[in-house]
Amino acid sequence: MSQSASGFAIFQGVIARDLRLALRRKSDSLAVLIFFAVVASLFPLGIGPEQNLLMQIAPGMLWIAALLAAMLSLHKIFAEDFIDGSLDQIALTALPLPLVVLAKTIAHWISSGLLLALISPILALQFNLPMDTVGILFLSLLLGTPLLSLIGSIGAGLTLASRGGGTLLALIILPLVTPVLIFGAGAVDSYQSGLGIEAHFSLLGAMLIIALFLAPFASAASIRIALE
Amino acid sequence: MLNLNWFKYAAPQRFYGLAGSLIPWFVVSGMILTIIGLVIGLGIAPTDHQQGDSYRIIFIHVPAAWMSMLIYLVMAFWAAIGLIFNARLASMLALSLAPTGAIMTFIALWTGAVWGKPTWGTWWVWDARLTSELVLLFLYFGFLSLHASIEDVRKADRSAALLAIVGVINVPIIYFSVKWWNTLHQGASVSLAKAPTMATQMLTGMLIMVFAFWMYSIAVALYRCRNLILDRERHADWVKEVL
Repeated sequence: MSQSASGFAIFQGVIARDLRLALRRKSDSLAVLIFFAVVASLFPLGIGPEQNLLMQIAPGMLWIAALLAAMLSLHKIFAEDFIDGSLDQIALTALPLPLVVLAKTIAHWISSGLLLALISPILALQFNLPMDTVGILFLSLLLGTPLLSLIGSIGAGLTLASRGGGTLLALIILPLVTPVLIFGAGAVDSYQSGLGIEAHFSLLGAMLIIALFLAPFASAASIRIALE
Repeated sequence: MLNLNWFKYAAPQRFYGLAGSLIPWFVVSGMILTIIGLVIGLGIAPTDHQQGDSYRIIFIHVPAAWMSMLIYLVMAFWAAIGLIFNARLASMLALSLAPTGAIMTFIALWTGAVWGKPTWGTWWVWDARLTSELVLLFLYFGFLSLHASIEDVRKADRSAALLAIVGVINVPIIYFSVKWWNTLHQGASVSLAKAPTMATQMLTGMLIMVFAFWMYSIAVALYRCRNLILDRERHADWVKEVL
């Protein structure tokens, strides 16, 4: 009994530690948000300010911007702990490595994906999206961004031992997260065109559940390869 | 048969010899099959009544598309064997297959574009098959670049193997998701199911070309694997004797 209690304490401890680290370095999380906003504002400049067109592409465009912004912070999930050696120590705790990885991924999501989802309504309003569509977009990001962190954690682990981290990480992860983008943006799109959102949300949810179960094992395996 | 030692050729040195003696067979049979397939495909098979002669690109396009997916699965299989059983040769085989798979994917995309221009009037459509094939190409690129970016060869093998396995889970998801995604926007897209039923010669020619592509892929992968073995075992005495 005490064993499992201490395991949960470690789990919470890892989340709390990573969140505290993120809070101490607000500029990192802030950079992700600013990047999101900048990319979103570049689209009208590149495409032209025609309102109907922008309204139509806004969901997909905001999703892509969120995806790219999430890529920015991914390598930080493990990289700093790997460099200063604390990842070795963390791997030796009583808690199984996949659970440690899950805790770190949750902390990463809170300090990046969740924030992206939270500011997405403001950006969506700039594109004249109606309130209910904004809500759907927010919900789809809320459901989809944890998937980005989970799948991304695999790539973050795989690129630990490599040189040239960031670009490579994006090359590895972006093909893998295409389904998330398709269903996330697809949910908002089909809502806008009057079709139901249940199918998209169910599939996103199903992927989230599968990834919650499998991704920590895969990223734990990738970290072990890097640590050995 | 029961006394067959399955692990005899797991040693790179023995496999080097085996691959060396097998390659000529695959090369010769690949060449013969290509000639037969092209003669049937370009000469004997009738002209299609809808697409004219431009359909004849299927004799390259379809085999390449099939190989691109099959090679990914085979590559992921050997990568997994290499990761789980710590078998060096399996990892080398996986790495030898990857460039051929990427080339096949590229050929499938390129010939598809060349075929698409006269028949659909466009080089590229964001159709389910095309998009998923493109993502497959990116998966191959990811595998190869991850492997190339890690200096320690064993670590590179294992990391790339893990990525290949994760990619396998993703392949059907990509395939179906893009399908669902597109059907929301546009009607049914061009697919093989809608093509006119094939004449027997067309089908024969195509199947022979598929086998020709198999032979080519095996020969090239074995050849590349032999080079990898030489490179990685360059400190071993037998390599010095061979060279």
